[in-house]
Amino acid sequence: MSVETTTSPEVKKEPLFSKKNRKVLTDPLDDINPVTVQILGVCSALAVTTQIKPAIIMALGVTVVTAFSNLIIALIRDSIPGRIRMIVQLVIVALLVTIVDQLLKAYMFDVSKKLSVFVGLIITNCIVMGRLEAYAMSQKPWPSFLDGIGNGLGYGMILVVVAIIRELFGSGSLLGYKVVPQWLYDAGYSNNGLMMLPPAALFIIGIFIWIQRSRNRKLINAS
Amino acid sequence: MKFLRRIVDTVKPHFSKGGKFEKLHPAFDALETFLFVPATTTKEGVHVRDAIDLKRTMVTVIIALIPTVIFGMWNTGYQHHLAYGMEVSIMENFMFGFWKVLPIIIVSYAVGLGVEFIFAITKGHQISEGYLVTGLLIPLTLPVTIPLWMVGLAAIFCTLIGKEIFGGTGMNFMNPALLARIFLFFAFPAYMSGDIWTDLSPEAGQAIVDAYSGATNLVTFDADQTKLPSAANMFWGFEQGSIGETSVAACLIGAFILVATGIGSWQIIFSCFAGAWLMGVLLNVLAPADMPTHAMHTPAYYHWLMGGFAFGAVYMATDPVSAAQTETGKWIYGLLIGAFTVILRVFNPAYPEGVMLSILLMNVFASLIDHIVVERHIKRRLKKVSSE
Repeated sequence: MSVETTTSPEVKKEPLFSKKNRKVLTDPLDDINPVTVQILGVCSALAVTTQIKPAIIMALGVTVVTAFSNLIIALIRDSIPGRIRMIVQLVIVALLVTIVDQLLKAYMFDVSKKLSVFVGLIITNCIVMGRLEAYAMSQKPWPSFLDGIGNGLGYGMILVVVAIIRELFGSGSLLGYKVVPQWLYDAGYSNNGLMMLPPAALFIIGIFIWIQRSRNRKLINAS
Repeated sequence: MKFLRRIVDTVKPHFSKGGKFEKLHPAFDALETFLFVPATTTKEGVHVRDAIDLKRTMVTVIIALIPTVIFGMWNTGYQHHLAYGMEVSIMENFMFGFWKVLPIIIVSYAVGLGVEFIFAITKGHQISEGYLVTGLLIPLTLPVTIPLWMVGLAAIFCTLIGKEIFGGTGMNFMNPALLARIFLFFAFPAYMSGDIWTDLSPEAGQAIVDAYSGATNLVTFDADQTKLPSAANMFWGFEQGSIGETSVAACLIGAFILVATGIGSWQIIFSCFAGAWLMGVLLNVLAPADMPTHAMHTPAYYHWLMGGFAFGAVYMATDPVSAAQTETGKWIYGLLIGAFTVILRVFNPAYPEGVMLSILLMNVFASLIDHIVVERHIKRRLKKVSSE
């Protein structure tokens, strides 16, 4: 990801969803996907994807935190002294994560219990800090905000697809509803216990990377 | 044979470049070289010239596996009839097992080779013979009651994730057959452990005898090592277990074939046994004296006879692709497999079959062992040179 450093005084006002901004939003979904290309945030991707619901909530949490921390840092980027920028970033991320955590505890206590420490660990999620350092510190607030949303969605997309596969084959349900009919179990079908273990997520993400790179040739040797 | 040759020659143009079925050339090529020795030879350049090719290596391993297959089929019938308290002839025992085991072998080959064919045709490379052995090893490591669709799934998993993803035969860093087994072990634990080792399909007018117990020796000895059957019983393999693993005698015949033909490394087989024995003796010494039933008191050589240790050491650990390559490395590799197996068996009742896990673990470390051995060798030689 190349970071443009010099911004010449703009003559014309850029439209809100210009081509460049749209690219900032959509690039993380495929070409620079945080999980399958940058291999970031894998730890939480293994832990929270046994069921779809926690995966969706986690994806939303990370998207919100990435987007708003990007926005806030981009707003104050000129007044942060270079030497303590990491601490400033951490304080802002921690603040947002605490808000998300408290909201989950207040309104979705069961999901919050399932996600356990992984909500708190968004603070150390490499995607958040990575985007702050690589993007928000040198870009305007609006593109930074879009970049945060894009990366959160790129992460969340992988999370939800992995969770769908794991819940379907591991528990025979989707979002908690049984979808594998009883006659199939009677015929000898059995839920796959491996899918409930973290290695399954690693295999699935590995297969994603395989498929993505055989489809998108420019990723080979790019990372 | 001439007749076969003529058929192959008449259809050959269709599969060559420009022919109707050009896309299917890998499949044709695999069949042709399977039936006849290919005429192409190396003509120039420096190459290691050896009469043995991959196909002959694989066929030798299959021959070495035949004793375990035959014994496994017989034992399937024997255990079944034993559970029902019936006395039947050797042939009847064998035929019963034959019809139970054959479908598992067929599914394993059909699915695994199917995946290889699809990959070879879409990627345009040749079909390699690696699966010939894997396809037979997979059924031998499974209980006879395993549902066939699970065998198919495991075959897909091990070919896809174990081999093709790393570049096909010869590129796998783990033993594919064990990968298939460990996949089933974690995916469907209810079908891979517990009361599943004997085929209990109902017999007309017979009931299961009271003395029948579904526990294998590996489960028995963790609870009370004095309850183990006699060493001779375990050596010949009149016990419950996966299809091919029960008889140490059959495995030793296989080991003899492998070592005599130079296909399997005797260093690995020997050091596996040595490692298990040394660790067994060490545990005997450390075992708590006031608990004579504790698993640590098991006589060290019992570990050779129980479960799939001999099968794993002979057929799995010697897999030339995933084992250590250097001479010193082979010794370290084998000793550690043996030692880890015993440790897992004694201290982790949740995973009774330690040999599977320890071979896979050492597969991962094999290249690291080789690296260290080579580096040390270079350092020693350098020292010699610089001191002169």
